[in-house]
Amino acid sequence: MSTVATVAQAEHEQWVQPSKGRVAMLCLIIAESAIFTIFVVAYIYNIGRSLYGPTPSQVLDVPLFNTIALLSSSLTIWLSERAIEQNKVRTFGLWWGLTFVLGAIFLVGTGFEWNKLIYHDGLTISTNLFGTTFYSLVGLHASHVTIGLCALLIVLLFTITGHVKEEHAERIQVLALYWHFVDAVWIVVFTVVYIIGR
Amino acid sequence: MADSTYPIPGPLETTPRRWSQAAVLEWLNSWVVTVDHKKLGILYMVYAIFFLLVGGAEAIAIRIQLIQPNMHFISPQVFNRLFTMHGTTMVFLVGMTYIFGFANYLIPLMIGARDMAFPRLNALSFWLTFFGGILLYYSFIGGGGLYGQGNAPDVTWWAYAPLTSRAFSPGHSTDYWALSLIVTGFGTIGAAVNVIATALCMRCKGMTLMRLPLLVWLNMVTAFLALLAITPLTAAQIMLLIDRYLGGHFFDTQAGGSAVIWAHFFWIFGHPEVYVLVLPAFAIANEVIPVFSRKAIFGYPAMVAASVGIAFVSLGVWAHHMFTIGMTSVGNAFFVLSTMLVGIPTGIKIFNWLATMWGGKIRFATPMLFCTAFVLQFLLAGLTGIMLAVAPWDWQLHNSYFVIAHFHYVLVGAIVFCIFAGIYYWYPKVTGRMLSEKLGKWHFWLFIIGFHVTFDVMHIPGLLGMPRSIYTYGADRGWGTLNMIVSIGGIIQAIAVLVFAWNLIWSYFKGKEAGNDPWDAWTLEWATPSPPPAYNFATDPVVTSRRPLWDLKHPDDPDWKYE
Repeated sequence: MSTVATVAQAEHEQWVQPSKGRVAMLCLIIAESAIFTIFVVAYIYNIGRSLYGPTPSQVLDVPLFNTIALLSSSLTIWLSERAIEQNKVRTFGLWWGLTFVLGAIFLVGTGFEWNKLIYHDGLTISTNLFGTTFYSLVGLHASHVTIGLCALLIVLLFTITGHVKEEHAERIQVLALYWHFVDAVWIVVFTVVYIIGR
Repeated sequence: MADSTYPIPGPLETTPRRWSQAAVLEWLNSWVVTVDHKKLGILYMVYAIFFLLVGGAEAIAIRIQLIQPNMHFISPQVFNRLFTMHGTTMVFLVGMTYIFGFANYLIPLMIGARDMAFPRLNALSFWLTFFGGILLYYSFIGGGGLYGQGNAPDVTWWAYAPLTSRAFSPGHSTDYWALSLIVTGFGTIGAAVNVIATALCMRCKGMTLMRLPLLVWLNMVTAFLALLAITPLTAAQIMLLIDRYLGGHFFDTQAGGSAVIWAHFFWIFGHPEVYVLVLPAFAIANEVIPVFSRKAIFGYPAMVAASVGIAFVSLGVWAHHMFTIGMTSVGNAFFVLSTMLVGIPTGIKIFNWLATMWGGKIRFATPMLFCTAFVLQFLLAGLTGIMLAVAPWDWQLHNSYFVIAHFHYVLVGAIVFCIFAGIYYWYPKVTGRMLSEKLGKWHFWLFIIGFHVTFDVMHIPGLLGMPRSIYTYGADRGWGTLNMIVSIGGIIQAIAVLVFAWNLIWSYFKGKEAGNDPWDAWTLEWATPSPPPAYNFATDPVVTSRRPLWDLKHPDDPDWKYE
């Protein structure tokens, strides 16, 4: 009885199951969404509750250029996904590299913004409640961008050394799911921090 | 085997293996580097049982301190640390790990898979959980910090702000607490992702979603709930650490922050967590009760729907922990109603278990004894839960021993009973030997007597006004005799658990040989040898119904005809 051989009825039917990589990434995204939800709720709840300045309207500028860079990286990564599916490795590499550059522009832009806030406006994480919620929410997102950039860079290096082929399309799409998530979260963070909260 | 045809030079070594240092190291190494779901499942279970004993010892120390009025068995500081550590240990190191012990070991076997979807992620998750536990207990040594204050965390397991701020919790004990929960939380997220991916993507041919064993279904629902419930805790702990280390103001009311929001965040985690812990217990009951009633589970789709319903509703009930915190009456009414709503799917489950037993040919082996007690005790625990869901009743009894009695009725009366049932049921599969039924009966009867002496009686001092978390009480309050009875019951339970621990060890060496299928069960894990080989199934199984082994044993009357 060490093996099971039951009536082979389902033999003729196609046995298809979802891809485990995709399912796992979607699960991770669900979990991450819950973390971001808590930080976003904390931000919204604390808008205007800071007892002393500086206030958001005094110091925050809308980072339009950054936002455009990050959001358009979702488009470029989608183009690269399509390219690898059609086995156009060079096109894939170009779009993928551009995605990396756009993500890096966003991160550098955030760096400049924080530099201005810290040295010019004197706002740090411990200055007031606004500083605490601002740096933790934007910082949580930036840390996700950083992790995403590391992953993008690894794939980019593999592409340059010629290790990426058509058969890796699914893995690349799973990674791209994460990047799309990071972009989508930025829309929420941007709306909450720079539009509602300012 | 001298004339072996294996490509091995010379005859195979047939002398019995002797314990040399190298052999021991090799054996240890095999457990540390393993990515096998069965070994990791066993590691999770050993870890859970070890901390069950540790947390139990802490509870006994608490009960000895409360056995009489004005006792000074331990100091007030130690008392605070003990109930904090008892709660944290039991929820995070026992509750969260037994789930993945059973899930890891059983899900691949039940769905006819070779391993979990991500074996290395599985190992990573276990070791993260393991180090989280060490981190928590290392606080006994390292928590003193530069200030020489505290050692183990003493802020209660729900750790309300502002008690956790630097001013009121100097030293590092609270940091160890927060960090350990973040680390075990990451372990939980990894394990939950793995469970979902395995259950959805690794099923053998013919194992459609509506043929999944209920244990797999409920663990999948649990994993989804864990993804949504553990992460708010992680977020809140990150905020706490920002407050403590970077001078943040999330929970600092003097800078405009809010202490109440910590309570919200904690219970957004804390209430679904109860269902994260109890759903895998239901999962065990769903497997044990049908097999020992000799009937298929009653209302399979209803059981699945009720589990999903419980998970869904449980996300919207958290503030029933906070009726006395000063919410609006609309808020209170919402959480009263949503909490009572949980009674509907859980009621469906209880009726389904009863209907499964009804008219069955019940065998009262030890697993079934524990499950039968579970059904009754879970019902009672649910009823006191409905009482506490009524806001005015809760105002009266909030933070009293009535609440303690209620949730221990769930955690011990339902969850621990089901854990024991599950261990008695699957121990033969894991080790190849049966647990002693004689010791098992001793364990069961001692434990159930101890349980009822402790937790039935514990409701009464709560009704009389005894608050939780108090170090001692005056003789004139009239709680002395009741507390004496409660503590004696606790000691009876401790003896029962020791009998159980002895049974685990004794049966491993001297127990009856189990064979592949000692209970005449129906799910795929019983088709493998006991213990199962590393590869689980020599050929990929194909299933055509919810009870593949029934079909195999009764080819004249297979289940798929009726599904």
